[in-house]
Formats: sequence, structure tokens, C-alpha cells
Amino acid sequence: MSLVPTPSQTVGPFFGFALPFADDQSAVAADSPGAVRIEGQLVDGAGAPVPDGLLEAWQGDQFARSGTDPEGMFHFVVRKPAAGPDGEAPHLHVTVFARGLLRHLTTRLYFPDEAEANAADPVLQLVDADRRPTLVARDDGGVLRWDVHLQGDGETVFFAV
Amino acid sequence: MSTNPEPTDFDPPYLHPDYRSTVLRAPGRAPVQLPDEWFHRLSGPVFGRVRIGPTDHDLTVQHAGEPIGERMIVTGRVLDSDGRPVPDTLVEVWQANAAGRYVDPGDDHPAPLDPNFTGAGRCLTDSEGRYRFLTVKPGAYPWRNHPNAWRPAHIHFSLFGPELSSRLVTQMYFPGDPLMAHDPILRSIADPRGRERLVARFDLDTTEPEWALGYQWDIVLRGRNATPMEA
Repeated sequence: MSLVPTPSQTVGPFFGFALPFADDQSAVAADSPGAVRIEGQLVDGAGAPVPDGLLEAWQGDQFARSGTDPEGMFHFVVRKPAAGPDGEAPHLHVTVFARGLLRHLTTRLYFPDEAEANAADPVLQLVDADRRPTLVARDDGGVLRWDVHLQGDGETVFFAV
Repeated sequence: MSTNPEPTDFDPPYLHPDYRSTVLRAPGRAPVQLPDEWFHRLSGPVFGRVRIGPTDHDLTVQHAGEPIGERMIVTGRVLDSDGRPVPDTLVEVWQANAAGRYVDPGDDHPAPLDPNFTGAGRCLTDSEGRYRFLTVKPGAYPWRNHPNAWRPAHIHFSLFGPELSSRLVTQMYFPGDPLMAHDPILRSIADPRGRERLVARFDLDTTEPEWALGYQWDIVLRGRNATPMEA
């Protein structure tokens, strides 16, 4: 037997009183060993910030959730993961929800200090070379900066999973 | 009865211009397809940090008094694509109050807030994949997508399931609601069989006499609990 999955619908604009939870943006304490802070902006096809988005970061035993603020900014505090099996570079899975997204989006965040591992990563190799930079955060004075572009120039690579 | 075979999914497209907000938010490029073996290897969700309080499953007892509205039980089973129950998974719900107003400060619909209703709930499915909430029926509300636009009554659902690919955010609707025929969000699902999957079933056996109406709504998550195929 194979059942057809229940279809998706948008998260809508009014989840901010329901989905956030205590310390949701921090999968680990900011002062714990290996903790990194990731900041970014969620922007639409006109380059405007998306103030009613929700992003989730997942890896191993870590999970963090961040709504976007009026400027479309989100942030996570996570422990940088180890390299995965089969030559995967360290990465986070990121899911993106927003009003206007009838289905959520799935993408990956890679780390800027892993150039060698990133070059060998089997998933990055499935992505056109000119679009790979959308998946790699940049070091911005000790904080990692990673913007998500839903559409248009510099559109972030999303994955079908 | 349609004789068309069931498709593999009923999901809406990203771009559905009748729902205006999709126009600048839908990605323009096709998603990069990951091979099936990656699909199974993705780590499962870890929502253990999301605390579930003793009244989180009962949206009618979260304040000093009872909320106004039609008291309602919403329950069902969460299944995987093989029809197996998905136990111990987080289910989050949120909704407008009986007047069609969200607590969210961004909602400016001039309908009354209810001091006894927030409209947010959480629970874990039991060993048979069952969830159950007690709430009041949400009202329809206007939005500005197009002239005289109204959302049908609905409850938002967020589910995790056993793996990353089983993550689902969706909305549950109510049988017989005339607004469903006019709703571009529901109608983004092209196949009527897909839209029907989002409509709960009124159930007299779930209804508690002298207390609350009962609705049943089962949810099927993408993916399988079964051991992945070995290469």
C-alpha cells in the first residue's frame, strides 16, 4: 500500500503567536564549545525583506527555529556539525516557510572555512558551479552571514527531497 | 467516480498567481533533485526542545474563563506513506478565534479578540499515531488578496514525522464551507481529490454528547518508517 501524502498549504502570516518556543533560535548555548552564530536575511524576488518568514535549521541532534523580524532577519546558534558520511562537508539542513510559500523550501547551509570539503561534497557537486555560493555562508567578523533569496538574481538553491 | 489513477502527490505549485503573495516569493528555478538514497539518509527531526505543557492540547482551558464559540474535538491519525502510524511526533496547531480574529498583532481584522482564547496548541501523537485537540471552531475572516476575499474556516497544522522529508505544514478545513470554492490557497491544489484530503470529516462517534462536536482528520506524511533499502 502506498498512500498519497496530505498536500501542503502555506504557513500564512499569523504563526508568530504559536510556533516560536523558548530559546528556539539556539540549538546550543552561545557560549558552549563549537557554537557558531548564523545571521541572514530572507528576501523576495523584488529584493524586499520577508518579515513573516520562518526558518528551521536541522542537523543530527540539533534543531533551531527562527522567525524573521520586520527587516527579514533571522539567526541561529548551532554547534558546527562534523563532516557527514560519504564525503559530505559539514552542513545544516534548512527549511523555509512563509506567507506566499504554498510548500516549504529545503536548502543547505555550508561553512566558509571548509573550502576543501565543500569542493568534494557530493550534493554541492549536483549544483551548477555558479549557484553553489548561495549555499555557503560567509564569515562576517566571527558571525556567519547567510542570506536566503527566494527568487531572482542570486536565487538560493533549493532541493527536492 | 473518477477513474484516473491517484497521482504521487497533490502538492500545490510554488507559483499560483491567484494567491498574490506567491508571485514574488515562488522560486523561479526548479529545485535540485537529490538522489533517492539521500532522501532516506536525511536525519530525522529533533523537536525535543519544544516543551509541551499540560494544557497545550486543550485550547479551551488556557485562560481564566472559557472561550466563546462552538466547542470542538479535532482528532485523527498521522500515517506514513505505507499506512503505518507515526507515533510520538510533534503536532502543532494554530487558528483564529470564533469571530475570525487571530491573536497575532499583525491581524487587523475588526472582529473581537477573545480574552479567553489564544488559539495555539501542541501535542505528541500516541503509540497509534493519534492526536487530539479540544478547541472552538475558528471563524472565517477577510484578507486582501482580491476584492471581497475571505478565507474559509481552517486550522493550521505543523508536523514533523520521522525524517526531514516528512516535514509538513498545512491547513485543515471544514466540510460544507461555501468559502472553500472561492479560496485561492485551497484551490492552488489542482486536483479536487487533493483538496478533499484537507477537509475534516464530521463524526458523530467522536462527538461528545452535551459537550463538543467531533471532527476526524487523518494526515499522511511523506516518507516511510520502514528500513531504507540497502544499496
